[in-house]
Amino acid sequence: MYWLKRNLPRLVIAPSFGVIAWFVYGFIFWTIYISFTKSKLLPKYEFWGIDQYFRLWSMPRWHVAVENLFIFTILFIILCVFIGIVLAILLDQKIRAEGFLRTVYLYPMALSFIVTGTAWRWILNPSLGLEKFAHDIGFETFTFDWLVTPGMSIYTIVIAGVWQSSGFIMAIFLAGLRSVDDEIIKAAKIDGAGIVSVYTKIILPMMRPVFMSAIVILVHLAIKSYDLVIALTAGGPGISSDMPAVFMTQMAFHRSEIGLASASAIMMFLTVSAIVVPYLYSELKREDDRK
Amino acid sequence: MTENNIQTYKELEKLSNKKKLIYRWILFIILGIFALYYITPLYVMIVTSFKTMEEIRQGNLFSLPGSLNLTSWDVAWNGQGFSAGDVYLKTYFWNSVKLVVPAVIISTILGAINGYALTKWRFKGDSYIFLLFLFGTFIPYQAILLPMSRTLGFMGISNSIYGLILVHVVYGLCFTTLFCRNYYISISDEIVKAARIDGAGFFKIFFKIMLPISAPILVVTVIWQFTMIWNDFLFGATFTFGEEAPIQVALNNMVLTSSSVKRYNVDMAAAIIAGFPTLIVYVLAGKYFIRGLTAGSVKG
Repeated sequence: MYWLKRNLPRLVIAPSFGVIAWFVYGFIFWTIYISFTKSKLLPKYEFWGIDQYFRLWSMPRWHVAVENLFIFTILFIILCVFIGIVLAILLDQKIRAEGFLRTVYLYPMALSFIVTGTAWRWILNPSLGLEKFAHDIGFETFTFDWLVTPGMSIYTIVIAGVWQSSGFIMAIFLAGLRSVDDEIIKAAKIDGAGIVSVYTKIILPMMRPVFMSAIVILVHLAIKSYDLVIALTAGGPGISSDMPAVFMTQMAFHRSEIGLASASAIMMFLTVSAIVVPYLYSELKREDDRK
Repeated sequence: MTENNIQTYKELEKLSNKKKLIYRWILFIILGIFALYYITPLYVMIVTSFKTMEEIRQGNLFSLPGSLNLTSWDVAWNGQGFSAGDVYLKTYFWNSVKLVVPAVIISTILGAINGYALTKWRFKGDSYIFLLFLFGTFIPYQAILLPMSRTLGFMGISNSIYGLILVHVVYGLCFTTLFCRNYYISISDEIVKAARIDGAGFFKIFFKIMLPISAPILVVTVIWQFTMIWNDFLFGATFTFGEEAPIQVALNNMVLTSSSVKRYNVDMAAAIIAGFPTLIVYVLAGKYFIRGLTAGSVKG
């Protein structure tokens, strides 16, 4: 009885711990192992070595996916962070309609990537969408066919992605700005600093941790991006807007290439880990330092 | 001399007031332009859903419909009435409801108890266990898709709502535990210590002391889980097909595989229906929604 009482917290955690250990970490190890085998439609368990990784990196389609991920991630981060900071700083100027504007900036975050993709697919429609609108108001030669142009369709994913996520980045920057002590700003103003230099010299450098979190979240979102690509371009035209997440699902569930799919999934996992592990380490260290 | 000084001072003040006013206007214009950028797609979706295909071909994205035509809403929800190849949302909307309610409740309860045990009943190795949960919130799900689909097969719950409930509870657990742990850690240990001296046990303290003060974090957790599960596409598309699919999968099928004639008005009505529940939650409880987003990501 005493034993039970003493160990109750552990017993309560145990089922969840077991579930996570099996379904998260066990599964990741399974995927790692399968990426070292010849598995096609069904998993085979004899060890084959790292040949799947060689196959993966010799596939032009994988290179397209990685290149697209790179373009998407860079633009997605730059635009979201830029828009997020600008909106947060402007909203922080004691605006009257702040609550309303914040709601408007953030509502896309409540919509799924499928809804987002469906809406933008219609807006960017080459014959009836924005292009038609431009023709109607007099720009007869205006063309906007990125959605169906190989090499450009990846940018439509950026447009829709930034629309969906930038409000969120604004929210975390706004929360960061609100936690800055007003006294510091007042003191700087008394010393004759202009509003611009107050922000660039004092406040933004103080927000380094917020920048870090924003970038980690955005990279993480970008690497996982699957739904938006499917709903907006379905990886097309052809494979021109393919991304690693789409590549993985294609190989795993349509091409019966389980081994190759696992190798691509592990590449994604390693990329996320390379960014998240140092971030979590520094975050947890900060938390310890505060204690 | 003094009078002169006062006058220039007043003029200066007037000038800076004018300058301030101009700044305010520039500020509002920039904020307004961004507001337009965010609101326009929703406006386009709404007006398109009320148009007939004729009006869509004749007008442009922003033109208003001639009348409030509800046909496309009816088609999006109920289908066109023929049996083969007709995709509509009604069935799948209820699939998602049946999925979301149990999955949210189970994962939230487990998360609250985990968070409480990890912060108020510290034991050796608890911070390592927390780390496992924390890292679990970041993993790309592609790394677990294949073994999960095999496991669901072994358990005999592939292509079913039960399978999806399991998947969402398991991977939601990392988030709910993280949220609750971060909340409970900010609550003073003294209350718990006092209760323990009075002889209260693990569950008594949880139900009598912790749960009554947990409302803020439970709201955040429920909203987060609801949004995540309602908006999920990857798990739904991987583990279910046909009649068992959740709403986002059905929406995507509708838009991509509908008959050769594109029905943009029906697509838009369907997209609004699929986004409606999360939008409502966001408008009614936006404050908590934002708090969840920031709590889940900023704090380690």
